[in-house]
Amino acid sequence: MQDILFYVFAALTLVCGFLVVANPISRSPVTSALFLVLTIVSLSGLFVLLHAFFLAAVQVVVYAGAALVLFLFVIMMLDLRAEERRRITRFGLIGGGLAALAVAWLFRAVPREAALVASGPPHVEGSTSALGALLFTQYLLPFEAISLVLVAGMVGAILLSRKEPS
Amino acid sequence: MTVGLGHYLTVSVVLFCLGLLGVIARRNVVIVYMALELMLNAANLALVAFSRFNRNLEGQVMVFFIITVAAAEVAVGLALIVALYRKRQTAHVEDLASMRL
Repeated sequence: MQDILFYVFAALTLVCGFLVVANPISRSPVTSALFLVLTIVSLSGLFVLLHAFFLAAVQVVVYAGAALVLFLFVIMMLDLRAEERRRITRFGLIGGGLAALAVAWLFRAVPREAALVASGPPHVEGSTSALGALLFTQYLLPFEAISLVLVAGMVGAILLSRKEPS
Repeated sequence: MTVGLGHYLTVSVVLFCLGLLGVIARRNVVIVYMALELMLNAANLALVAFSRFNRNLEGQVMVFFIITVAAAEVAVGLALIVALYRKRQTAHVEDLASMRL
């Protein structure tokens, strides 16, 4: 059952991910953003299969909820209708394909060697309380530091996107 | 054949390559940004898979931090795109070549 679910979610992730970057029907950024939502939701399905329940919830809330709404708002503000008529250049497509193939070639041994890295059959762990305990004891300092990153990001976003006082 | 670490890593590598293809091939800044998010998510998937199959929760902590940083990064990056669009009236990579040598 879990194996079938893995294949379903993996196929959904990859197909939707492909439709984000190269949609043959529509070149609109809105379509890409909505397929990105689907990609992220199916990725969180994979997280559930990996027993990372808290991260699956965070993934949906933060990415599909907050980040994608931000994307859609920016697309709405920019009025990118003129951009849709631009074509993907052949040079970019070939270059991008070559780069992607090169990275895939670099990682070609990963699936074969992965069994060596894995230490035995996985057991059920990854409960939210264990993650929280780790986060608030051993990783307390990075946890506090990340709040500063968020504040800096917020201030930066406000500063960058406000209108110039003229 | 039971699903193991290799399967998850394969999905992660393919997703990363798709993101790279998008970053290089697409010309719209917003879509390039979405492809960057895809690459970040591919890395997250690999980390969660490692964390599960090595019985080690620290990978999940790392993913938690990555998601937080990505949220801040999305906010700043989109603000940059909006500021750029205000100045140049374009969101197209090839029109933003004023720093080219």
